[in-house]
Amino acid sequence: MVENRPLTNIVTHGVLILGAAVFVLPIWIAFVASTHTGREVNRGLTLWPGDQFIANYTTALTEGVATAGAPPLALMLFNSTVMALAIAVGKITISLLSAFAIVYFRFPFRVLAFWTIFVTLMLPVEVRILPTFEVVAGLGLLNSYAGLSIPLIASATATFLFRQFFMTVPDELTEAARIDGAGPLRFFRDILVPLSRTNLAALFVILFIYGWNQYLWPLLVTTDESYYTIVMGIQRMLATSDQLPEWHLIMATAILAMIPPVLVIVLMQRLFVRGLVEVEK
Amino acid sequence: MRTKRVVFRSLWLPYLLIAPQIAITAIFFLWPAGQAIYQSFLRQDAFGLRTEFVGLENFARLVNDPLYLKSFTTTLVFSALVAGISMGVALLLAVMADRVLRSALFYRTLLIWPYAVAPAVAGVLWFFLFNPTIGIAAYFLARLGYEWNHYASGTDAMALIVIAAAWRQVSYNFLFFLAGLQAIPGSLTEAAAMDAAGPFKRFWTIQLPLLSPTVFFLLVVNLVYAFFDTFGIVHATTRGGPGNDTAILVFEVWRDAFEGLDLGFSAAQSVVLMAIVIALTAIQFRYIERRVEY
Amino acid sequence: MTAITLRNVSKTYPGGVEAIKGVSLDIGDGEFLVLVGPSGCGKSTLLRMIAGLETITAGEISIGERVVNNLEPAERDIAMVFQNYALYPHMSVRQNLEYGLKNRRMARDEIARRVEKAAGILGIAELLARKPRQLSGGQRQRVAMGRAIVREPAAFLFDEPLSNLDAKLRVQMRAEIRHLQRSLGTTSVYVTHDQLEAMTLADRIVVLNGGVVEQVGTPMEVYERPASLFVASFIGSPAMNLVPLQQARERAAIAGLVNGSVPSGLSTDAVLGVRPEDMTVGENGAGADAVRFAFTVTAVEAVGAESYVHGNLQGGAGDIAVRMPGYHRLEPGTVLSAVTAPEKLHFFAGASGQRVDRAGAAQ
Repeated sequence: MVENRPLTNIVTHGVLILGAAVFVLPIWIAFVASTHTGREVNRGLTLWPGDQFIANYTTALTEGVATAGAPPLALMLFNSTVMALAIAVGKITISLLSAFAIVYFRFPFRVLAFWTIFVTLMLPVEVRILPTFEVVAGLGLLNSYAGLSIPLIASATATFLFRQFFMTVPDELTEAARIDGAGPLRFFRDILVPLSRTNLAALFVILFIYGWNQYLWPLLVTTDESYYTIVMGIQRMLATSDQLPEWHLIMATAILAMIPPVLVIVLMQRLFVRGLVEVEK
Repeated sequence: MRTKRVVFRSLWLPYLLIAPQIAITAIFFLWPAGQAIYQSFLRQDAFGLRTEFVGLENFARLVNDPLYLKSFTTTLVFSALVAGISMGVALLLAVMADRVLRSALFYRTLLIWPYAVAPAVAGVLWFFLFNPTIGIAAYFLARLGYEWNHYASGTDAMALIVIAAAWRQVSYNFLFFLAGLQAIPGSLTEAAAMDAAGPFKRFWTIQLPLLSPTVFFLLVVNLVYAFFDTFGIVHATTRGGPGNDTAILVFEVWRDAFEGLDLGFSAAQSVVLMAIVIALTAIQFRYIERRVEY
Repeated sequence: MTAITLRNVSKTYPGGVEAIKGVSLDIGDGEFLVLVGPSGCGKSTLLRMIAGLETITAGEISIGERVVNNLEPAERDIAMVFQNYALYPHMSVRQNLEYGLKNRRMARDEIARRVEKAAGILGIAELLARKPRQLSGGQRQRVAMGRAIVREPAAFLFDEPLSNLDAKLRVQMRAEIRHLQRSLGTTSVYVTHDQLEAMTLADRIVVLNGGVVEQVGTPMEVYERPASLFVASFIGSPAMNLVPLQQARERAAIAGLVNGSVPSGLSTDAVLGVRPEDMTVGENGAGADAVRFAFTVTAVEAVGAESYVHGNLQGGAGDIAVRMPGYHRLEPGTVLSAVTAPEKLHFFAGASGQRVDRAGAAQ
């Protein structure tokens, strides 16, 4: 900062703290609501946590919100974890392989392959909802972990990120490896993948959050409650037309649904920021 | 397109390596997209028994459907508000955080995590906060004399989804603005300070112009976000209501396909959305190309 | 042991650029051959063709008994030291040294033995656990050499291995490479653009220009009898004085020539070459057959133990530099004479640039 005037300093910090407070407020209220009984919440306006923390979270995790036909949260959390991990690992794996092919080989249809992958950028699920659903249904993948994850693991951005990174790997390393008797697969395993470690980790953080936060896709391909993910399942709890929503449990669900990705971001902030900036390059 | 100067030779390995990506792309992206285009020229009866080719009729229906046109306007208003508000707030916070370099990382930690909250969950949080009977925000608004009710008022419902969508996106914009600001050489602001430019003047004449590529980039990203990634917010909270006032395009496609079972009509909407994404992506990539030149 | 043979080797890139135009070389067993030339002359390409990193458009390369044209680099039994060292950044020094051996499925104890031995020779034993980024430039250079040594290959290939080091380290490493190659006795091909490096390291030098071999010879042969105008200008520091001949009375003549004559049979577009260090200033100690040039001093460069006097030859275009021992203060404009022996004059045909040897002892 160029100036060092106490007043500007106070204003600056004031704005920032206010901003941070606005960001934290919804979470705080949600947390507070999740620690009271349903009746207390429905009476309105509580700002301080109650004593139902253990009771509410136990109910939510083991029984779920019975009235709304949503399964226990423990199962939904498990489904979300499987889906997020499968998507992150799957995207990274097939993108690494295809970037390796595109950068380190010359072969007929290489450019065509590149553009095919590129086109996926322009076709998010949202613009091809029904036909994609039909394909997945036709393949018998509805209500399965494969159906939840595989259709989402094609990734142009991850492929481009790795392609960009591979282009910066010095050619001499490849040549040294060739002289050292490493073929393409050994070079990939021993040199390229270890060199990509940081990029892999950064991408993993981004993609885990991406996978965890999927909403429309699980909504489309699951009808069996036992495959619901938590982010998608939460809407079922609200959709009770005949009685009041059980807000204390819904808020407990919301808190549980955001803990894993928030933890990932906060704990791996550096990797996350790096990943985000790299992906958008 | 470039490869390495040094490449490996193999007749089959590259195909094997690229096969999974291409297979998934073909099966779950290209084929459905082609189907969407194909179906947009068909009409099916409600039981899927009869299908006939109707040419551009589905598109003609779109153009003449007041609900669809309203959804278009809704989406534009929604997107403009989300992009404007989330970028404005983020820029303000980023400028402030940039001024207190030593604590910038601390504030970044406080501000980035909402990005991890799924749009649908963000929607549910604000839905609760603004709940007309028990929500704390609605309570304070009532104290101020405003009777908030997003079940009855389209404006309130729109405000609700805008807030939920923008709240989450501020984190993302903040990160990029802060990175952009920190990339501006300190000597520039110092030189401007010696030229007797105060903080405000410096922001308008030095920082903002230098940030303009970031602003443009974020604008595109935010529009894409508002168009496509906010389905969860609408679906989990307002369900397009009241009276279709919050039925954005993506929600409309979904509803026509899964609740209205009007396949051709839904497919035609998909094609329109596809055109929008392609346009936005093209703009984004033209911009990236230009950035590469510099 | 291993000789390397190149027969009419050519390289044409897909765009049609001819990088190497029919090069033939015989590299003897245990020989240290240096490829030298300006950037773009094809020296690195040629080395990389021997390594198997570039394909061969035409011709034949053999290493030992085998024609290696279609062999992978790993199958050629060569080791290479790269300009930027190309150490695997994520592996420790030990892992870097071991990698090529492990890929060849060598027994563990043999790998360990070779690594210890190479580390001992190069004095990097205490660095084995480190990562490349924790090493200084000179240490990285040693590790790169170690990676070549552990392989105990039929030949070492060096691609400008010293150009990333500072001047002092370069001199030191130069001596070490020379010593190492002599003691291991491994056939080596070394690429550099630095003629001083070439002179000090090589058993024989190959001067390349535009993908063509200009001259092959021992350093002293190349220095004393440059085969072409290009070699004359490239080898030697400071560079050889090159003065175009002039036409005078139907004959080729040299500007400023006071005593001596131009050999007969030279055309007027020929070029005279004479090294600054082969000339002295003044008249003392010159025999009757000495060649003398009159020149006007333009500048004096003192480099400590000696000075270089720059000047214009009298009566025509042509600049020369003359070495003088010690320090001299000379006013620009002073007219001096530069003296040399007739056998120190080199002549090159104008059109081809080829050396013209004086027929007999024509003076």
